[in-house]
Amino acid sequence: MTPVISAGDTAWVLISAALVMLMVPGLALFYGGLVRQKNALNTFMMSLSALGLVTVQWVLGGYSIAFGPGNSLIGGLSWWGLAGVGAAPNAAYAPTVPHLAFAVFQAMFAAITVALISGAVVERLRFSAYLLFALAWTTLVYDPLARWVWGDGGWLRSLGALDFAGGTVVHVSAGTAALVAALMLGRRHGIARGGLVPHNVPFTLLGAGLLWFGWFGFNAGSALSASPLAVTALVNTHAAAAAALACWLLLDLTRSRRTTAVGAATGAIVGLVAITPAAGFVTPRASLLIGAMAASAVYVAMQLRARTRIDDALDVFACHGVAGILGALLTGVFATKTVNPGGADGLLAGNPLQLGVQALAVGATMALSASLTAGIIVTLRALMPIRASLGDELIGLDATEHGEEAYHTGDIGELAGSAPLGGVILIHDDEEQEREPETATVAA
Amino acid sequence: MKLITAVIRPDRLREVKEALFRVGVTGMTLSRVSGHGGEREIVEHYRGSSLVLEFREKVKIEAAVSEPFVEPTIRAIVSAARTGEVGDGKIFVQDLDRVIRIRTGESDGAALTPVTADVVQARARQAQVEEVAS
Repeated sequence: MTPVISAGDTAWVLISAALVMLMVPGLALFYGGLVRQKNALNTFMMSLSALGLVTVQWVLGGYSIAFGPGNSLIGGLSWWGLAGVGAAPNAAYAPTVPHLAFAVFQAMFAAITVALISGAVVERLRFSAYLLFALAWTTLVYDPLARWVWGDGGWLRSLGALDFAGGTVVHVSAGTAALVAALMLGRRHGIARGGLVPHNVPFTLLGAGLLWFGWFGFNAGSALSASPLAVTALVNTHAAAAAALACWLLLDLTRSRRTTAVGAATGAIVGLVAITPAAGFVTPRASLLIGAMAASAVYVAMQLRARTRIDDALDVFACHGVAGILGALLTGVFATKTVNPGGADGLLAGNPLQLGVQALAVGATMALSASLTAGIIVTLRALMPIRASLGDELIGLDATEHGEEAYHTGDIGELAGSAPLGGVILIHDDEEQEREPETATVAA
Repeated sequence: MKLITAVIRPDRLREVKEALFRVGVTGMTLSRVSGHGGEREIVEHYRGSSLVLEFREKVKIEAAVSEPFVEPTIRAIVSAARTGEVGDGKIFVQDLDRVIRIRTGESDGAALTPVTADVVQARARQAQVEEVAS
């Protein structure tokens, strides 16, 4: 049977790829709003640079390692540079769209997964160390994991583990890595336990909105067809996010008699994370429950985390780890073949074994991610200082790592004016002695 | 001559400004400042962490006035800025050695006498007329 390309399916997968790409700047806004002003650009850059770096890696070899011909643990390099990945569909992945469309859709997933981790290490990680970490992590953790769960012949896929859009591959793996990285990197200077001082809450709300929007591509796009299954996934995604947001508002109200904006944004993201593995396997009613349960669990997890000495700065483990684990397990509870005949029945549909398979997938993901994240950080530490110096941390990484500032508005320095480099009256010119004659004339 | 510095609640600025204008004090400099008297701290909640804001937003008014205006200025600020709650602010009064108006070089009392742009323009026009006549 020759595979037939469907125009509708292809259009939907392409749009979904663009939607998932938009989640990267969305995440940059979400994270960037939550940090202090002096680290805003650094935080934005962690997300955006992941999109660049990981995409290059994906084209060169990442896609081949994850999805190329190979064994149950890892793909080979025969598709390096996307060689042989073209217009013809690959029946094992998406039988009705060009193989290349599937590859680019998956590229966005790889990029955002690395960006997710950055939230745990903001405000203190040297940027060069981050870039190396991102490259190593996506190659050593993400690509093999994508192989296990989604790759043709991957061992978790063969075992029947359900992960519709990346609950384990994306969220549990990023959440686990975040926790390990935060622990190994240590706490920020002068941050009281659980200190979170958002410098721009509207950024965070806008970011959450963009993430929600992009998540329709993330989850419904994972149907890889413009089909009733995509509709199911989109409706479930929306229902779970809404339920989690509403639940978070109630919890906030109960605890502090105030409904917080950061809480509403967090709630929505938590619901989206939890429904990710389940989106194409459960009913909308189950989605409401999954969203609400995830919001409650993560709410408690964040309260507990704030009492520890772990400086997972933006609670990546609570948001993505806890919600991801819960979502993966609840998929094994609520999944039913009446929604998706291509899926499996879960506990409530009389198949308790599925819950065990889900737990195994979660455990394997956490083990792989934790051990290799630790290994990468130990190696990097041996090669270079990975933490910003105390002085740099106090000044803020925007100035020290990027030589830029997020905001100049209203700065008195704007009135004083700025001069191009070389045209300044230098008071101290210790570093550039060779320019002294010119400086002298200017000063004179 | 005194420099009168008042730190007040931002929400009383409108009333204080009107009261000062009413007693004839129209020259002043404003700045947004943070400060702490004895008022209760504000607590903000972000996810798992609660944050105590120890310093409150205030507005600082600085006005240099000649002796006859000192008491009316103080009375105007007190009456307009007072709510009776902790956190209404303070007024500091300091002696001034010299005051110079940059535009004219006038000093002290002459520099402090309020002049409006209309008056200055009228004077300039008058001077022009006299120059032509002579």
